[in-house]
Order: sequence, then structure tokens, then C-alpha cells
Amino acid sequence: MSAVQDNQVHADPGIDAQRIIPREAGQDPAAAPAGSRPGVPAGGEGPAGQSPLQRQAATTIFQKGAPGRRAFQCPERDVPAVDPEQLLPSHLRRSVPARLPEVSEPEIVRHYVGLSKRNFDLDSGFYPLGSCTMKHNPRLHERAAALPGHARLHPLQDAERCQGALELMWNLQQALAEISGLPHVSLQPSAGSHGELAGVLLSRAYHEDRGQTRRKVLTPDTAHGTNPATVTMAGLEVVKVATGPHGGVDIDDLRAKADEDVACLMLTNPNTLGLFDPSIAQIAEIVHGVGATLYYDGANLNAVMGLSRPGDMGFDIVHFNLHKSFTQPHGGGGPGSGPIAVSERIAPFLPVPVLTRAQDGTFALEEHPDGPGSRSIGRLRGFQGNYGCFVRAYAYICSLGGDGLRDASETAVLNANYLLARLREHPVAEHLPLAYGELCMHEFVLSGGPMKRALGIRTLDLAKRLLDFGFHPPTVYFPLLVDEALMVEPTETETKETLDSFADAVAAVLAEAAEDPAIAIGAPYSTPVRRLDEVAAAKNPVIRESLH
Amino acid sequence: MLQAIGVSSLQEIFDRQIPEGVRLRRDLALAPGRGEQDVYEHLSQLASRNVSCEQEISFLGAGMYDHYVPAVIDMLTERSEFLTPYTPYQPEISQGGLQVMFEYQTAISELTALPVSNASTYEGPSAVAAAGYLAKLHNQRARFVVSAGLHPHSIQTLRTYAHGYGMEVVEVGLTDGLTDPDAWAAAIDEHTSAAIFAQPNFYGAVEDAAALSAAAKMSPGGEGAQPPVVICQVDPIALGVLAPPGDCGVDVAVGEGQPLGNRLDFGGPSFGMFAAREEFLRRMPGRIAGQTVDADGRRGFVLTLQTREQHIRREKATSNICTAQALNALAGVVYLSWLGRRGLVEMGELLLARTHYARERLAGIDGVAKLHEQPVVREFAVRIDADVAAVRARCLEQGVNPGVDLQAITGRPEDRGGLLVALTERRSRADIDRLAELISAAVAAERPAAVPA
Repeated sequence: MSAVQDNQVHADPGIDAQRIIPREAGQDPAAAPAGSRPGVPAGGEGPAGQSPLQRQAATTIFQKGAPGRRAFQCPERDVPAVDPEQLLPSHLRRSVPARLPEVSEPEIVRHYVGLSKRNFDLDSGFYPLGSCTMKHNPRLHERAAALPGHARLHPLQDAERCQGALELMWNLQQALAEISGLPHVSLQPSAGSHGELAGVLLSRAYHEDRGQTRRKVLTPDTAHGTNPATVTMAGLEVVKVATGPHGGVDIDDLRAKADEDVACLMLTNPNTLGLFDPSIAQIAEIVHGVGATLYYDGANLNAVMGLSRPGDMGFDIVHFNLHKSFTQPHGGGGPGSGPIAVSERIAPFLPVPVLTRAQDGTFALEEHPDGPGSRSIGRLRGFQGNYGCFVRAYAYICSLGGDGLRDASETAVLNANYLLARLREHPVAEHLPLAYGELCMHEFVLSGGPMKRALGIRTLDLAKRLLDFGFHPPTVYFPLLVDEALMVEPTETETKETLDSFADAVAAVLAEAAEDPAIAIGAPYSTPVRRLDEVAAAKNPVIRESLH
Repeated sequence: MLQAIGVSSLQEIFDRQIPEGVRLRRDLALAPGRGEQDVYEHLSQLASRNVSCEQEISFLGAGMYDHYVPAVIDMLTERSEFLTPYTPYQPEISQGGLQVMFEYQTAISELTALPVSNASTYEGPSAVAAAGYLAKLHNQRARFVVSAGLHPHSIQTLRTYAHGYGMEVVEVGLTDGLTDPDAWAAAIDEHTSAAIFAQPNFYGAVEDAAALSAAAKMSPGGEGAQPPVVICQVDPIALGVLAPPGDCGVDVAVGEGQPLGNRLDFGGPSFGMFAAREEFLRRMPGRIAGQTVDADGRRGFVLTLQTREQHIRREKATSNICTAQALNALAGVVYLSWLGRRGLVEMGELLLARTHYARERLAGIDGVAKLHEQPVVREFAVRIDADVAAVRARCLEQGVNPGVDLQAITGRPEDRGGLLVALTERRSRADIDRLAELISAAVAAERPAAVPA
């Protein structure tokens, strides 16, 4: 495991990103004429062969338009005129209008369509971003969610007038309970980290209910950053557990740290190295042995649907990322949805409102339920959660069924192992060895350490050069314990041809770097902008347009 | 593929990794998969068992409102390039999304008259709780003072979070529909971490935001003492006509973004606004887009100040938030551009006029009275001298949803008989007149045995 070293990564990936390349290096990367290399644009008459998108200066909507232009036509004032002072006294009024844009609808359309073209997206190409499960987003889900019966349904509609929505939520809860092997579900949390917060608060409530104040939460050093951040927000203290030589939890370290002051262990399984922890039963035994609860970070659930269930592994609380495993489109950074499923002993503390079904089959949302939620931690947000995401996830589950979900996970694991095998061929393997293990689950982590030493390019450079080949790079510099980490998750919706072309691209970048590392170090070349100065952005933050 | 991997079967991959004891030895007990047309049919049938704002004249509000969502928003949010990317971790191929965030931050900053905005949080009430956490990090004090005029969901969410980070929540009651100024000033002391109110408040009343902020800042510890963080939950649509929080001494403005171009969706997804004074920039939760230049000197955008965030700072992060509401925030900034500088004001003036009209119409009904006399922008509360549920049921039968039963949502005994009525630009005078007719008839029918002459 020579690839694995102590974390040498800078605290801020922005610092990695800001090796600013001298101007000249940004121009044609090799002697070859522009256009003859993949991803290097053929030159127009502009400087250094700029593409049309590169020639376009970024202009915000606030810099467009002209006074008086507009899109909105306000409905006529159809009620009697009243003295404005009587409607709203002047000391409460806004004196200067907000300086919003003054633009016509065609300008809005052209502006935002123009911006959309400066984005890479899942529908355009391979997106093997580790721990993010970028699987295809079926458009049926968008159509179904847009039906007025779903989309224009007010969240405070009377229960008897939204039975369809409540039934949908109920069915989704039942399905998530079955998939996780835990009987009680709350759909309320807004995203994964919100589900984590719910989980830690639930764990805390469980112990408090038993008259215990437990202060510590164990998280492996491979955990997603949201885990430790959540623990702090919930008023508890993070205790890190080491990773053993095989990539799983270090059992001795866990045993040493598990005591009566531990409220909970938060674990991802398979973990962020893409490995299913072989000691999971033992881990559960140790944690339960000291009276603590076991929390499952569901970010990697896509590896095990229908194959293994967190509830059967001994977990008490699970969160799901509907925007990962269940294809809610990620929207460039949300919306997401992070339902939780819990065991019987945790159920009394579930967030309210709780969805209930009466004898006659009618559904209701209860603020003060008996049974689950009877000693609730309270509310985590307004209303009942991101229903629009529930519609999409439910549509996905209906489309696939139980067998289909298992097929999805099996294929995700097959694809990951195939891509891993392709990347373990000569000459990639020498430069990018697998950090841990032999096989993987739905994702795997390579180390760019040898590449850095032998070729003089870093994981970041490889990632940036892959952009020129039309790929979204894998997750980089995570997990932290792998030197120059590259975390690859292909998902089940990619074809063998796509996986092959990605493996070929990685090999091509390495071959190119062996000849001339400056090419990767100067990349990307073909994107709307080239490498960006993140340090300058943070040093002197400009986070809004200045208006005059 | 198996050959390349070096295994004889798919099963072998799992056998070598998942311990025997934790494998699922049966099929998931879920219905078999179905074709697209069947799934559509099923979801369509479920939708048909809901009564949406398409099917009744709805005066429901209390945090989410049935504004018209322009078609251009559907078109843009359905574009693959906005719908399907992940969070912009690779800025060179995410300039569109990052610039949208930058524009969104500018729009929210303008709307609130506060210099810094993040790129969105989940939604309204959790944004209030997130603002509370910011205050806790800022001054490490023990208590939140909240106005009873804050949305009940916000108070409840704040309590849930506050219990986690070990703080107390003290509620200040209302007088004449407004946060009681004396009780407010008395409750705030040197242990107050944040003072939190809503504008307009949950009962529709326009608070004197400047006076509440000033009182909060005067109150504690005397001269020179650091005042608590003043947090205000705002309705963004009302800010077309109301003095913005930044001009009223507010430190952090949060709010439910749904009224800005997001559909109701039975409660989400929408987005949470989060704007603040400059001094809180490095404690803000969530993503922030910043301007910079690329290697060739072009203007570009990146996620910035990431040392606040969970993926860098882990347990020392200022928040645990990761995925937020980028697509919903896109709808928000497109909506504000669509309304435009004048449109937002016109919308506000229209709502002021129609809400005033509706309140007077309803208050003119025998057995209905205003809950308070304060100015209202787009929502108001009345007290009905009859069983609210029964009155509502009669209106619902006639195709009009008259609004929210106040007590059902607040649980406060004093809200018995209360009805919260909300307007948007989609509710015309004719709709209001129809509402008044139905309530008048319903109250007459439901009033406890009419007073003998």
C-alpha cells in the first residue's frame, strides 16, 4: 500500500487549484497544430485559438437590459383606490426599489440559455464523481412531478383533499423501509446532511430518554465531511476512528474508543474507499455493546440495494439521498432530499409531523402522534419535506421494482469493477494504483501519488486535463487518507463503451504527461474559462455584482 | 467484462466482499417494475386525488403562496445543463451554474439591502435555525429570544436545532397583532444570542422592524456591550413595498424563497434565503460563489470561502450543509429578473390594495372581525364567531379554500376561531367577493344560535 500516506493534502483544495500557469503555457500546449489533439480547440482568428465560448466575456443579467424594459405584466388593480398611507404608513415603506434587472423575456431567455451552455451536465457526458451517484435522470419523473395535482398542491391542504399525495408518501416510506430493513421512516429531512442531523439528534434523544448524557460520536477518518460537521451542530464531540490496513474500520481502535460516553457511530458502508466493511457484524456488536447507536450514512446505498440492508447489518438509523440512489436530478447543487429510516427503539423520537394511516385506509399528518414520534425531537423544517423529490424517487422505485433496484446495484458494482480493471492495466496502474483492496463495490479510490512522483503531474492536473476530453473528472482529494486521491463512481447507467473511452482518456493523459507534463499542468484549454484563481477569490471576496 | 475483472461471475464479486451473515437472501418485497406509461398512469391517478390550486380558488398561505410561475422558468429549469449537474466542484465546466449563484446572491442582496448572501439554504424555517447557529458561533451566548409572530414552523425548527447545540428559546408574545415592544425589550439581555422576528409576522401584520432591531440593540448590558444578533424572517415578495431588513438594523435576513418562482410542490423543494451584514460573511452557512479570473485573465466564478464548509473544515465547519437548492435558487433569480425592478413594486402595491380590500370585505361580515388592525401586505387574520372547521368545510364544498385554520397550525388557545387568508396576484377582486359571499353564508349558518333580538 505504498500509495497510501498520511494526509498531505492542503486544508483547502482551492490552494491546490491555484497553481496559476504563466500565460504562455495556456496557449497551444504542444507543438502539434491546434485541433489535432483531443480537446484542444482549432484556432479561429482570435488570440491563441480561443473558442467562441471563450471569447464571450461573462456578463451578468444585472449588466444587461435598459431602464423600462420588462417581462411581467401586472394584473390591473381591480379594487377601489385607498390612501397609500392608510395601506402602509411611509415609515414602514421601502423608499428605493431593489435594483433588480430591467430586461425583456427574450433577453432573459438568451441570457440564461447562454449560461446553460457554460455548464457540463450529466446528459452531455460521463460524470464519474465519487460518492455522488450521478446516474441517469429519467424524464418521466419530471413530467410526473409537474402534474398540477402534485406541483400546485398547497402544503397545508386539508388531509382529505390530498390523499393522493399522502398515499404516495406512505408508499415511498414503505419502500424505503423495505430497502433499508428498518421499519419506520420520516421523509422530512431536506438533504443528506439534514438527515444526518436528524439522526444524531435522534440518537441523543434516545439516550436522554434513558437518563443518559453521552457526549461523543465516533466517525471513521474516511467519513464524509458532513458527518463531523453534523456532530458539532448537534452539540456533541467528534472522536475519529482509524482505518485498518484493509480499508475497513480499525477494530482495535474502535474497541479502544467505544465506551459508555459514546452516543453513536456514524458509518458509510460500503465506505468512501468503495469497500464493504468485512467486520460490520463485529462493529455493530462493539457499538451496541456499550449501549450506543449505529448510524448509516446512505450516500453509498447504490452499492447494496436488494443485496444487503443496513437494518440487517445492525444499524439503528439510516439516511437516504434521494438525489443519489433514487435519481432526483441534482440541479447543480440541489434540491435534494434526505429521508431517514429507524429501528423500533428510535421510532418514538422521529420528527413531526408523522404520516399515519387509519383503519379505513385514510392518511393524515399528525403533529402529536401516538407511537412513532410520540416523544419527537420536533420539526426539522417547514411543512413535510421535499415532496417534489418524493414524486421522482417514488416513480423510480415503481419503474424498477425490487428486482430492478437489485439489478441497478449489481450493475453499478459491475461497472465499477470493470472500470477499475481497465485502469489497472499497463500503463495506468503504475501511476494510479488502487489505494485499498482488490475488488470494489460501486466506487473505488486510486492514488495519484506515484503519478505525481514519476510524471510530475498531480491528481488535480489529471482532472483538469480530462475536462478537455469531454469527461467530468472523478472526485479528487477525497478521502483524505489517500495521497492524491481520485474517487471514481461510474454508476449503472453507463455503457461499457463509455467506461472504455474514459479509461482510454486517462491512459492518453498519462502518455501525454510522460512526454510533456506541462500539457496537463496547463489544462484545461477547451472549456469556457481556463484554470481559475481560487485563492484570489477567497482573499478578496467579490460575491455580488456591484451596481451603480 | 467479468473476464477483464478476473472473476467467473457477478456473484463472485459480492461473495468476496459482503459477509455471508449480512446478505439479503430474498427478493425485496416491492411490486415488480413497470413500464413508463404505467408508472405515469399511477402517478397521474395519485395526483388526481389531490385538490390543487388548479381546481379551487385557494386562499391558503402561511409560508407558501400560489403565485404564477412564468413558463420561462419551467423552460430553463428543465434544461439538462441546469437540471442534471452536481454541485460545481469543477468550476471550468460549471460557469453557468456558478454565475447563476453570483447573480442570485446579487438579487438577494439587493432585495434585503444586506451586502452578503449565500447561494441558498434548504428552505425558510431551517434557514431561521441556521441563522441561530450563526449567532451562537458569533457570541457563544445561551438564549434565543423569538417573537410569537415568527412562523410556528420556524419556532419549532429553531427549538429542535437549539436543543442540539444547547440553547434555550424564549418566546415573546404579541399585543395588538405585533410583537409586544416592552416584553421584547425586557426579554433581551446580555445572555441573548439572537433576537428573532418575522416581517410581516405570521398573522400578516407589518412589524416596525426598525424599532424592534433598535430595541434589541439598546437592551442588553448597557453602553459598549455587544448587542445580540438581530435576525428577521422575511417574505421576499413583501420586500417590494416594505422597508428592507438591511435598512432596519437587521443583521441577518432569512426567508422562504418559494414565492419567488417556485411551485408549491406540497411544501418543497423550494429554497431558503440567507443574507447578512459583512461581519458575518465568514460564518455564513452553505455555498457562496465568488468572482475571480482564469489563467488568461477572463472573468470567471468559483465556489469561495470554502474554509467555512464541511468538506474542508469537518467538525469545525460553520454548518453541515452540503447539497442545497441550486435549481430552486435559479428559479428565484429568473423570477426576480422577470418581475424586474418595477414589477416587484407593482406586485407589492397590487397585493397591498387587494389584501386591504379583502380584509375590509371579510371584516364587514356579521360574525367576522379583524384579528388586529395593523397594516397587512398579502395575508391577514380574522376571528370568526363560529366553528372555523365548519365554516371552512362549507366554503370548500363551493370550490373556495378560504385559508388556514390558525389554531390548527399554531396550537395556541388564543388562536381559536382564527382564519389566516392569503392573496397572490392570481386572486382577483371577483375571487375575493366570492370568498366573502361564501364566508358570510357559512358564518350565518354555523353561528351558535343567533343572538335573540
